[in-house]
Amino acid sequence: MTNPWVAFVLVPMIKIVVILGTVVLATAYMSFFERRLVGFLQIRLGPNRVGWFGVLQPIADALKLFAKEDIVPSRVEKIVYLSGPVLIIVPSLVVFSVIPFGPPTTLFGLLPEPIAPFVTDINISVLFVMGVSSFGIYGIILGGWASNNKFSLMGGLRSAAQLISYEVPMGFAVVAVLLMAGSLSLVDIIEAQRQAHVWFVFPGIVAFFIYFVCGIAETNRNPFDLPEAEAELVGGFHTEYSGMKFAFYFLAEYANMILISSMATVLFFGGWLRPFPSWGWLSFLDVVPPFLWFVAKVAGFLYCYIWFRGTFPRVRFDQLMALGWKVFIPVSLANLMVIGAVIVLLGGGR
Amino acid sequence: MDWIVAHFAELVFFYLAAIAVVGAGCVVIFRSPINAALALLCTFLAIAGIFVLAHAELLAAVQVLVYAGGIMVLFLFAIMLVNVRALPQQPQFMRRLVPAAAVAGLLLAGLLVVAMWRVGQGPLADPATLTTAEGALVGNTQAVAWSLFMQYLLPFEVVSIVLLVAIIGAIVLGRKETAEEGA
Repeated sequence: MTNPWVAFVLVPMIKIVVILGTVVLATAYMSFFERRLVGFLQIRLGPNRVGWFGVLQPIADALKLFAKEDIVPSRVEKIVYLSGPVLIIVPSLVVFSVIPFGPPTTLFGLLPEPIAPFVTDINISVLFVMGVSSFGIYGIILGGWASNNKFSLMGGLRSAAQLISYEVPMGFAVVAVLLMAGSLSLVDIIEAQRQAHVWFVFPGIVAFFIYFVCGIAETNRNPFDLPEAEAELVGGFHTEYSGMKFAFYFLAEYANMILISSMATVLFFGGWLRPFPSWGWLSFLDVVPPFLWFVAKVAGFLYCYIWFRGTFPRVRFDQLMALGWKVFIPVSLANLMVIGAVIVLLGGGR
Repeated sequence: MDWIVAHFAELVFFYLAAIAVVGAGCVVIFRSPINAALALLCTFLAIAGIFVLAHAELLAAVQVLVYAGGIMVLFLFAIMLVNVRALPQQPQFMRRLVPAAAVAGLLLAGLLVVAMWRVGQGPLADPATLTTAEGALVGNTQAVAWSLFMQYLLPFEVVSIVLLVAIIGAIVLGRKETAEEGA
């Protein structure tokens, strides 16, 4: 580790490749689990033909999408149309560079010294995640506009309105966690939960609820999937996209779901910490590596996503806006004041 | 190779500065309003990069979050909802174009003169204020918070009130005159 090229180029490169590969593979398999699980909820089978119980289905889907003819409809704004999928996939993958998947590890003694299993930890990680992920909206709004299709434009505009509305209460919910942790670094937030002997979901239950509901709205998932409401808007903003360009939109949606779940895990559920990190009699749980705790929590949130899709009816657009502006923003502001007051009364802060 | 390592920050600065200036020029030159808005977006991002170079990480994040993530999306929104291409044919929007351009140009020229004169007087602020609070070395976020909420609290609150008044004014102006319906 003394050679700077190894420390500053080779190691980060390997980390980036591993994390990117994992996230992309996870998004592909997310679609498989969604189809199987929704099939289960709707008392049917779902894809079960390709491979053992259908586990090779995502690979087959990817190959199919890759081999499809690349169609660019006539009369689209070509440069903007082609950059739409790029603009949505890049931010949704870049944010995973600051998600802390686990504490520094030697990979069961394989490495001479522990390395951190994430690309980097910057002292404004939370702002980085929110800023970069808010960039995906350009892929949606520009893709919808450049398609030169009224349904796409309506879907794009709806989506943009939805994202802007729900980013505000989501931000306030995150600020509640920042007040409790006293830091913008995701690693420090996990460390603060270890030192506080409690996951932030217990003091911040309201903030967590708002965060997760806003997260569902941010990712355009049911019951808030109005931008692609089939009955009204054909396919929404990606109506005119096909083949790999559609696959990028698809991949970005699932990557964003994994991102929201990872952020909920880090901010409210202690990241890689085991349940009740201060209870000594639960220490037998430490045999499970911290990384697996992280994965298990994220998987739980992703299950909820699919569960909601299988069970909730879609809300109307005016209900969506009313919920965001008239309920979540006032409630999250009030919650912020209560949490701030409690922290001052308990002698926290400075 | 050594020269590149030694001057890396400067090279990145000139690269970002070129993007910012070219982007700003394209905002004026481009015919399509959407393309102009995208050029403005490039400028915002390049400025965020320059903030990072100047060790103002919080400002860079806020620049991306507020300008690139929020304000530009609203710009695009307005451009897509209003048929901007038809505006030049509508005389009520074009009547005061020349005086408006003259006033804006004069304001910009005044700002540039003041800025150049002030830079000639010496550095605007101590770079140490970016990373220190009460003499102790802290992160950029804490340092900005200390100067914002301790040293500059009154201007901060005044600006907040001004923005609040502007928001209320925009709502009042934007509301339709149908008070009887009871909105």
